[in-house]
Amino acid sequence: MKLFECAHSRTGDKGDISNISVIAYDPKDFEHLVRHVTAEKVRAHFEGIVKGDVVRYEIQSIGALNFVMQSALGGGVTRSLALDPHGKCLASALMAMEIPDRAA
Amino acid sequence: MKTIRIGSGAGYSGDRIEPAVEVAEKGSIDYLVFECLAERTIAIAQNAKLKNPEAGYDPLLEARMRAVLPACRKNGVKIITNMGAANPLSAARKTAQIAAELGIGSLKVAVVSGDDVLQVLLDKDIKITETGAPATTMSNVIVSANAYIGAEPMVKALAEGADVVITGRVADPSLFLAPQIHEFGWAFDDWDKLGKGTAVGHLLECGGQITGGYYAEPGRKDVPGLGRLGFPIAEVSEDGTFFITKVADAGGMVTVDTCKEQILYEVHDPAHYLTPDVTADFSQITFTQEGENRVRVSNVTGHKRPDTLKASVGYVDGYIGEGQISYAGPGALARGNLALDVVRERLEICGVETSELKFDLIGVNAIHGDVLAPQPEPTEVRVRVAGRTATMAEAVKIGNEVETLYTNGPAGGGGATKSAKQVVAMLSALLPREDAIPAIQFIEA
Repeated sequence: MKLFECAHSRTGDKGDISNISVIAYDPKDFEHLVRHVTAEKVRAHFEGIVKGDVVRYEIQSIGALNFVMQSALGGGVTRSLALDPHGKCLASALMAMEIPDRAA
Repeated sequence: MKTIRIGSGAGYSGDRIEPAVEVAEKGSIDYLVFECLAERTIAIAQNAKLKNPEAGYDPLLEARMRAVLPACRKNGVKIITNMGAANPLSAARKTAQIAAELGIGSLKVAVVSGDDVLQVLLDKDIKITETGAPATTMSNVIVSANAYIGAEPMVKALAEGADVVITGRVADPSLFLAPQIHEFGWAFDDWDKLGKGTAVGHLLECGGQITGGYYAEPGRKDVPGLGRLGFPIAEVSEDGTFFITKVADAGGMVTVDTCKEQILYEVHDPAHYLTPDVTADFSQITFTQEGENRVRVSNVTGHKRPDTLKASVGYVDGYIGEGQISYAGPGALARGNLALDVVRERLEICGVETSELKFDLIGVNAIHGDVLAPQPEPTEVRVRVAGRTATMAEAVKIGNEVETLYTNGPAGGGGATKSAKQVVAMLSALLPREDAIPAIQFIEA
């Protein structure tokens, strides 16, 4: 299934760093997200866009992951040549990621 | 237990004005807070002030004050805002003048300054965080340096009876933390309470982003009434417990999910959210829906504040030139790609000097690169070429080479636009706290 079927997301920006939350609609899906939405997979999903490290934080109390991506905004919001310099659209782009279906 | 209500009046400089009036009139609030200062706003405002000593504050300050001052006076609502930008004193004078024009007497406007640290940054030759180079190595291009100041001077201004507090650069959540410290008498080292109060600020500082703005997905995440979106209100008690809500009949919604998205917005490590006041800890946070459009926020705490202050440093970073043109119908994608090739060749033939170029097909790869291919092929694409240059003259040439596609490029190119602008970009630095000395003065109407 696609990530958007079980999670929602929001992007924030600070300088050249983008952060993307991935929040389970149903807290029961959180462990599934922890297993399948890894920092490595997110980095691969944004290949060519995110140039730096991706670090993942787990916030179990709200069933959310937070991905912090370095060198992700074309040199920084205030100087980027990108159409979307803030990377506001990146969260929606991440929701297209394919993850395994939940175990029956 | 004592409880206060704080309303958000803006989530950014250009934000809607009617929701602020709505919150002031119908929100039963005690404080109305306008957060209007993005990273580079001060650098741009600093340039405006150099040209005109009276300028350099938020361009919507006048319209906002005119709109909300009557309701704020009627309902005893105090206003706190960073709309002072590079010139809080001038903003305060303007506010007092507007109050006088509206017949609002004895309004005490506090000006909080001291965030401008350009001189000390250069004098002490402080290191730029991102580059590691000393500040003086770029002194010919630096236009501003402003430290993020904490809640303390705003608390003092409120204690001295301010009806309106106008600041330059202060940390966004501190604008909301200040009235909580003032009303509840929290100590400046009560890290747990300051952490909770900072969560209030963080959740409210982007206005409608917690009431359903920046959230809607038709069919999956529907939000009612985005055209008349209400701004958020926090109801905070002395012990730091709080609720997020909104005016009942305003558009939008406050749900556990809108709150979850906003708590992580622009946050890196949720256990260490740094502000000048505290290191807030959101890592155990929980949200509970306790009624329609009413969410309880629990399990936030805080730890000791950082030893240094962050300053944002504005500098002139060359120019960006850009041009766009559209193609539609069968073969639009192929003609778009041909157009990009032609512009690439033209920039080379004409020897346009650029340090970076970007070739996009909007609708195909402008946002997410070539990773996700469009399926099926789009029926229209918009060509976009952007480049970085050292001079305005070179930047202008980029848009021109897109525009000439009209009569020299692929079939059916339409709607060409072009622009060229100077870039004021931002870096940051860390300063010892004693290098930014906040000052307060009062203007009375």
